[in-house]
Amino acid sequence: MKRTFAVSIGGAAGQGVATPGDIFALIFARRGLHLNAYNAYQSIIRGGHTFLTIRTGPEEVTNFGDRIDLLIPLNQDTIDRHLHLMRPGSAVIYNGDTIKPKDRTEGVQLCPLPVNELSKGSRNKVEQNTLALGASLSMMGVGFQPLEEVLTQQFKRKGDAVVTQNVGIARAGYDYATANFKPFADPLPMTGNKYAVLSGNIALAMGGVAAGVKFYCAYPMSPSTGVLHWMAGHARKVGIMVRQVEDEIGVINMAIGAAHTGARAMCATSGGGFALMTEGLGMSAMIETPVVVIDVQRAGPSTGVPTKTEQGDLWQMLGAGFGDFPRVIAAPTDILDCFNLVPEIFNIADRFQCPGIILSDLLLSEGRSSIDPKELAFNPKIDRGELITAAENNGKTTGYKRYKITESGVSPRAIPGVPGHVHTVATDEHDEDGVLISDEFTNPHKRRAMMEKRQRKIGGIERAVRPPELMGESGAAVTLIGWGSTKGVIGEAVEILNSQGIRTNQLQIRWLVPLHGQAIVDILKTSGKRAIIVENNYSGQFARYLRSETGYVPDGHIRKYDGEPFMPHHIVDSVKEQLAGRTNLSVPMHEIMV
Amino acid sequence: MATVLDPGKLTLTDFKGKVDPDWCPGCGDFGVLSSLQKVLFELNIQPHDVITISGIGCSSNLPGFINTYGMHTLHGRALAVATGVKMANHKLHVVVTGGDGDGFGIGGNHFIHSMRRNVDLLYVAMDNQIYGLTTGQTSPTSQRGMKTKSMPFGNVEEPINPITLALAAGATFVARGFSGEPKHLVELMKQGLRHKGFAFIDVFSPCVTYNHDNTYPWFRERVKKLEDDPSYDPSDWQGAMQKALLWGDEIPIGKFFQRTDLPSLDQAEPVLEGGPMALRPLGISKELARDLVAELM
Repeated sequence: MKRTFAVSIGGAAGQGVATPGDIFALIFARRGLHLNAYNAYQSIIRGGHTFLTIRTGPEEVTNFGDRIDLLIPLNQDTIDRHLHLMRPGSAVIYNGDTIKPKDRTEGVQLCPLPVNELSKGSRNKVEQNTLALGASLSMMGVGFQPLEEVLTQQFKRKGDAVVTQNVGIARAGYDYATANFKPFADPLPMTGNKYAVLSGNIALAMGGVAAGVKFYCAYPMSPSTGVLHWMAGHARKVGIMVRQVEDEIGVINMAIGAAHTGARAMCATSGGGFALMTEGLGMSAMIETPVVVIDVQRAGPSTGVPTKTEQGDLWQMLGAGFGDFPRVIAAPTDILDCFNLVPEIFNIADRFQCPGIILSDLLLSEGRSSIDPKELAFNPKIDRGELITAAENNGKTTGYKRYKITESGVSPRAIPGVPGHVHTVATDEHDEDGVLISDEFTNPHKRRAMMEKRQRKIGGIERAVRPPELMGESGAAVTLIGWGSTKGVIGEAVEILNSQGIRTNQLQIRWLVPLHGQAIVDILKTSGKRAIIVENNYSGQFARYLRSETGYVPDGHIRKYDGEPFMPHHIVDSVKEQLAGRTNLSVPMHEIMV
Repeated sequence: MATVLDPGKLTLTDFKGKVDPDWCPGCGDFGVLSSLQKVLFELNIQPHDVITISGIGCSSNLPGFINTYGMHTLHGRALAVATGVKMANHKLHVVVTGGDGDGFGIGGNHFIHSMRRNVDLLYVAMDNQIYGLTTGQTSPTSQRGMKTKSMPFGNVEEPINPITLALAAGATFVARGFSGEPKHLVELMKQGLRHKGFAFIDVFSPCVTYNHDNTYPWFRERVKKLEDDPSYDPSDWQGAMQKALLWGDEIPIGKFFQRTDLPSLDQAEPVLEGGPMALRPLGISKELARDLVAELM
């Protein structure tokens, strides 16, 4: 199995859990180690319980794993909640002045730091965090220099005195641990690589830059707000018009206005905001203006659990907007894919002049992952389809028809401002030249022709998107089917099951529309004896969708709807109970109380 | 945009749409449409340099009846769409048209926020104080006591005053016109179109089919032009507020307020210094890409 090391930091919101997390991530990535981080938190600004886990290792790390090697509780509550999870060989570093472990766990090294003594009365409120950072790195077998570099970089804005003070405290923690605590059995390895650390939201925003997005707008909504933050912070640098709008109805309409004018336009929200956008989605389809909407799923329904993850919005995406119209929907399968999918879906949306939906979730969007910078392709293929941006025929074009009936269903799209192509687009049904046929000029034949023209685009879309492929060899005992963000954790479960002699493979779905249902059914005919659909929701939304499109019914389901993501052992244990014939619907219990 | 290849000489008919309006004979909206066409013609603006954007309702059919680029969008959303259009290509002249239900009811939120943002566009609301296309229900500007199909015993709610609302929300050009006073309306629209910022004109545009209270004669007896009072100062916001509250035997029309000292949204955005967003090449330089990634390492 993979060699990995996981550190968890927990405390109340406002106690500074994020900073040491970022510092660990930077040090690991600069050391050439891969990482995956997940932060369990609540809808509270101060207080509550925040629990960040970073898992690192020399090979790709796709999820936060099953095991905590080092726990850093920043308060009593954290150690009370999680000490029982610690296993032999692991360690707990904490402020020995204020935190008292209540349980004794066999083989777990307890490492109390004499914080008052080591910080010599410093008034720095997060001194215990910095001391713990130093102590941790000592026990991981990492030299002090990387920490000194990061701290210097982080505090240099605040002046040399602050840098010296922080480095001093970190050093005290480092030296104390070296003298008093037992290092971990395996020191953290090092490779010659250098990785960047991206959240899914940053990857989505940077993917937008790569795609040539020129207009981005949003209304703040967890867990999608990270995209807005990155876009707003970089708007002037990269040349993107970024707007914060009064509501999500305004968001999608503004984005469509910009898109209609010729800019690639994108917006992001979560389920509740998306619900407000649905009428606009239909407008995008009806006036045939491409727009890309990111939905970062959180646990619903309604306000739900804003800081928890779920794959519960699939049917909303499939059904959003009334009437029939072409749309494309894709769920990125990891953080790098968040980046890659954006230009890809823009090309499809532009070519077929329809709305594109990216279905992310909190796990991906707020999770972090190490990415090899070489893999971030900032100049991908751009295909804007049949777009007219400048006058033709010396400006003497006549007879332009915006909704010309074509075999492909796609009609050349002129942007406002181009001479010779003046036209009006309408959300009412319209004729080839945009004239309404909803009133005086009502005409069922024209209505039928326009409906068929738009729907014909679906054939082209299907040809433009590749069907999914089986990962692993067919003829296995079990095929695990997942969609979107679960790729990594299912992949690790597959590895574990194979190592235990249960031949398992994986079918991960990325494009939900077009689904390529026949290709999926064909794969499943030979992929394995038993197919199990794994998804992060209650009702098996993907299973129901696959069945509605193909009639296919899997042998079993693994579902989770407690707000927390799957851990590998949840899937492994569920597969085993299903193979033993105990159930065909497993709902693993989340053991970490967050 | 100034990309006129062969301007020729514009005529008024150059602004005639593909089809004739299907409004009821006598509808106030005819006067608004012809005034708008006249304004564009007299200001010598090329049809392809203008985009007329509307929501849904009788008056929102207007973009289909005028020869400019047009968007007939969703009920209440025209101003949001128009903001996106303007931000994507700030060289376009943006005109938004619609009714009182569209703008002040379902679109009320966008109305307020477009004004505080000072988006550079001309917003002409054809205010008939009734929902027409849905066959006669109370609108946000229906007067108290007015009987409609949705309030058959008379409206018990106080109407919105679009002028005071616009003044309070920070519109930088606020006027009221009357479809029965086309010359005056043309003058207001010209000023509004030239105004750099959010120009709002609430136009009394009587519904001859469903509103039997606020008719042409009713308005003719009451409207009084602010321009006829030489002492009226449209740069005085408080004075404008006071005038805007008048409603009864005398109803002021004309330019209530204008200020030119605030930047419009496009002027306030440094990102636009590089020209219209929609016309820029896609992609970023290798150096910039490297910088973006370096932030994450």
